[in-house]
Amino acid sequence: MTTRTKPKLALYWAASCGGCEIAVLEIEEKILDVDAAFDIVFWPVAVDFKVKDVEAMEDGTIDVCLFNGAIRTAENEHMAALLRRKSKVLVAFGACACEGAIPALANTTTRQAIFDWVYRDSPSTVNPEDIRPREETETPLGTLRLPAFLERVSALDQVVDVDYFVPGCPPQAHQIWAVLETLIDLIAQGRPFPPKGAVLGAGDRTCCDECPRTREEKRIAKFVRPHEVIPDPDKCLLDQGILCMGPATRSGCGARCMAVGMPCRGCYGSAPNSRDQGTKMIAALASVIDSKDPGDIDRILDGVVDPIGTFYRFSLATATLAGVNGSVTTREGKPSPERVAP
Amino acid sequence: MVMTQPSTGPPSESEWRPKIVAFLCNWCSYTGADLAGISRIPWDPSVHIVRVMCTGRMDPTFMAEALRLGADGVIVSGCHPGECHYQEGNYKALRRVHLLHRLFDGFGIDRKRLRLVWVSASEGVKWAEAANDMARQIRELGPMRAAHDD
Repeated sequence: MTTRTKPKLALYWAASCGGCEIAVLEIEEKILDVDAAFDIVFWPVAVDFKVKDVEAMEDGTIDVCLFNGAIRTAENEHMAALLRRKSKVLVAFGACACEGAIPALANTTTRQAIFDWVYRDSPSTVNPEDIRPREETETPLGTLRLPAFLERVSALDQVVDVDYFVPGCPPQAHQIWAVLETLIDLIAQGRPFPPKGAVLGAGDRTCCDECPRTREEKRIAKFVRPHEVIPDPDKCLLDQGILCMGPATRSGCGARCMAVGMPCRGCYGSAPNSRDQGTKMIAALASVIDSKDPGDIDRILDGVVDPIGTFYRFSLATATLAGVNGSVTTREGKPSPERVAP
Repeated sequence: MVMTQPSTGPPSESEWRPKIVAFLCNWCSYTGADLAGISRIPWDPSVHIVRVMCTGRMDPTFMAEALRLGADGVIVSGCHPGECHYQEGNYKALRRVHLLHRLFDGFGIDRKRLRLVWVSASEGVKWAEAANDMARQIRELGPMRAAHDD
């Protein structure tokens, strides 16, 4: 087979930490199989192609594009649109591209508040002239440009059409390989791809389903945080009062966190047949709180430190209530008092 | 038989009218609202009732979805504590609303937009009062999307 006939693969990172890129390399020597099967045409972290090379391609040239990271800046948005146009199959790869994940936690505050904190108010900032980054700066050598920092962080499918979703923070190596192997086989055999919108490289149950721990009837009278206790190695963490997102999270990771005594943080995103991870978790959690007295319930719930950051740690961009009230502003347009500083 | 509050006539096209979605349990609150209707007790026409079998069936996703689809307020009304037809459903609703209220803070939504009330089958008057009071509250708060749809 000549290079010319190989399907073309692109990988891109938008607002991400780089973990998804490392996760791709975590498939170890199988990366050579990927290289053998695909012609890698764009991968800024590893291969020296430029954006102008992508721009020069004809639309639909790229067979598969794995796009990780959320949409934070105008550049992210531009690249999403560009790669959508150039790709036959666009995959939202990783939790950020799927549902916003960690970058989208910034949606609890405003662009203005973020800039105020970072460039003026944070204790480690010394900026007496209050210099802020600008989208255009005139210098003797010409105009310097920075991409606009958008008001809100979006998931990939909120800005462009997405074909498939591969959740996880990061997606687990065996799942990445399973997805790539499937795509390689389907392309090689000329068989049709899965239905559009499918979640690939993950299970169709909840994380609890994969968890090795023993569940009993849950009755939570007090929440504890992971650093406050040494959990029983065999019992369900939620039974022990440790807030574990397992019941509202999609399976596929192999419940690795719980195996080492840490609660699920919810990185595989909303469970199948649920579109909102946070409200699902509330439904599950409220059912097992062991009190019927409003005051007592409030006392127990005080143990849930940072509800929005816990229930929506990986899915705030797609939360049902996101944007309902501007998500971050009161109707007078002022930032919510509880959430000004990040 | 639907009547507005005494001083208001029919609203003009441009006037904002609140939309309030009320989820009423089949056994107590819906019957209570029915009683209010039979007894010809008026309540605010901005309150729209959805009957559910039990407030314990009220997934918080429904409450959030109502707000997303344009409701300005949500009422969840069930049997009094200890009187749930299914024993414990209303306690689940109680805990869910408490937890959802905490989430509202993070989203910048006023907690007053979601209210939990207990109305029994014999409390037609109490239902009308609860509905009117919620409508008054929501009119005070104003439209949910004021800052954005402009």
